[in-house]
Amino acid sequence: MSDYIEKLDHVVNADDPSPGDTEIQNYTINFGPQHPAAHGVLRLVMELDGEIVERCDPHVGLLHRGTEKLIEYKTYLQALPYFDRLDYCSPLGMEHSYVLAIEKLLNLEVPIRAQYLRVFFAELTRICNHMLNLGSHVMDVGAMTPNLWLFEIREDCLNFFERASGARMHSAYFRPGGVHQDVPLKLLTDIADWLDTRLPRLFEDAISLVADNRIFKQRNVDIAVVSKEDALKWGFSGPMIRGSGIPWDIRKSQPYDVYDRMQFDVPIGTNFDCYDRFMIRVEEVRQSARIMKQCLSEMPEGPIASFDRKVSPPKRGEMKQSMEALIHHFKLYTEGFHVPAGDVYVATESPKGEFGVYLVSDGSNKPYRCKIRPTAFSHLQSMDFQLKGHMLADVTAVLGAMDIVFGECDR
Amino acid sequence: MSAVHGAPRVNPIDGLADALAAALGASMVEVVEAHFEISVTVERAALADVMVILRDQFAYQQLMEIAGVDYPDRAERFEVVYQLLSVTKNHRLSVKVATDEDHAVPSVTHIWPVAGWLEREVFDMYGVLFSGNTDLRRILTDYGFKGHPQRKDFPLTGYVELRYSEDAKRVVYEPVKLAQDFRSFDFMSPWEGAEYILPGDEKAGGQAPGAPTPAAAPPPPSAVPSTPPPPTPKTTEHKGQTGAGEPANSEAAKPSGDKT
Repeated sequence: MSDYIEKLDHVVNADDPSPGDTEIQNYTINFGPQHPAAHGVLRLVMELDGEIVERCDPHVGLLHRGTEKLIEYKTYLQALPYFDRLDYCSPLGMEHSYVLAIEKLLNLEVPIRAQYLRVFFAELTRICNHMLNLGSHVMDVGAMTPNLWLFEIREDCLNFFERASGARMHSAYFRPGGVHQDVPLKLLTDIADWLDTRLPRLFEDAISLVADNRIFKQRNVDIAVVSKEDALKWGFSGPMIRGSGIPWDIRKSQPYDVYDRMQFDVPIGTNFDCYDRFMIRVEEVRQSARIMKQCLSEMPEGPIASFDRKVSPPKRGEMKQSMEALIHHFKLYTEGFHVPAGDVYVATESPKGEFGVYLVSDGSNKPYRCKIRPTAFSHLQSMDFQLKGHMLADVTAVLGAMDIVFGECDR
Repeated sequence: MSAVHGAPRVNPIDGLADALAAALGASMVEVVEAHFEISVTVERAALADVMVILRDQFAYQQLMEIAGVDYPDRAERFEVVYQLLSVTKNHRLSVKVATDEDHAVPSVTHIWPVAGWLEREVFDMYGVLFSGNTDLRRILTDYGFKGHPQRKDFPLTGYVELRYSEDAKRVVYEPVKLAQDFRSFDFMSPWEGAEYILPGDEKAGGQAPGAPTPAAAPPPPSAVPSTPPPPTPKTTEHKGQTGAGEPANSEAAKPSGDKT
């Protein structure tokens, strides 16, 4: 130490009146790809001036699995489970866009009970997804307990998915023409009980710990303020665009399945910061519970899949009796169904935002091209301008409020 | 055809196709309404101007997606598809432009900064160039990746695989070795024109693709029936009629014994 000071003592610069000052340079650090707050494999190359972020260059693609290429080599039905594996926190939201895209090309009518079941489970997926995101967001900024409580709810959701489809996460439950199988009545009554008792108790408890918490607000209020113009220019969607004060929800403006029959409110932000985005998700959970209750009270009895046997397979019992049903089953599970040539872009309101599928068919049994529009791509790209001038510690808050999952971002 | 599907319902705008044709003029190639959607194909050189018109006059404020598609049979093999969204008119529009490996598409990053990564992805996956994009790096593939994997002539398995080498103490890249050939079933019916030779039909050359041609029909019977030859009674008068023939090897007929 003493020799360092001695060395500095001899530094005299005529241009610089304070001798001994050495020029401080910006330095570049790597955030990730192995970092608990990076929500997966995200590498951020950040240029810092002290603790202020000057520039941020996100490197994505570390989880790229070539899903779009693989889909081109599978039949339409075989490609469906890939969508569960995109955003593994909200699998049914991903499936929803894909089956709707196929049905749009086929112009296929789906029975009304199947549409209710889809909306019902899509909203359960939204709750499930927001539990993970809200929990990890509060954990990224320093609170531990709410995350554990919210994971209780997420565990309940996964159990419900298992009882409906047989799989906790990769359900493959939505199928072209309907859903895979009907749900038992006991499951619906159990979910109804859960919506009335366990969900509000656990959820409101956990949120009451953070919503008015001084530390949580200090870490989120006025962090990464995005104006309406920027939100439009950067292609925001979902809670991110609503957080910037634009009342845009595809469930409301371009309703799909039976969303046009549902009564629900769309929360929007007023301050356009990370705290707004957090509270929008909190309110969306309550609205999702409201939609699910409406589904339960209105859901009619009836078939759960289309009767078009060229698309939707017959029941097992029917196959024991009917030769034609057996042939249909065999053809559907070997060759698959053919989809008329053409291209459609179908986007739904997934829990993270607009999840789109651009599906090109050449009339064969396999998609010619299936471009997936991830929500994370446009949000993550805006990291650079959102972070400019913020502190290094705010990176995790900004990232948590974006709700990024890399299975979906990298495909 | 009325819509019975459950996909997101977007109300069509009456006269949009005509309004687009009038506003875009010569820079528009065609406008197509199909599958309850409207898409407009434009000249490549005029793309940036068209996008400004669509944003300012037609109120498509958001660029949601840029998708590349590869059609190897076309003269300009790549198609770049832009999905625009109007949050005020609640409408979607897709804009298509054709290009090839050599001709760059004008970048729209100055109109929508979100196009930066979307164009990088199309460049990464197809090798389509975008003039004006200042940051056209690869985005999804590995550092140092070669080739453009979404092209139809790029194999599904890729060309390299990587593993951790205990000798080199690092991850090494090697050419792909497949334990079995890549299998692709197309389930085309041979009666409906599978345009390849079915397994087992390799020797049946000169035939039309698909099922073998049936044998020619026998000639019609002539007016005078030919008398059949008198039947030869089946006998075994001499050795040739037994069907046994000569012994194949006279040595083999010798009785075996001790040989010195």
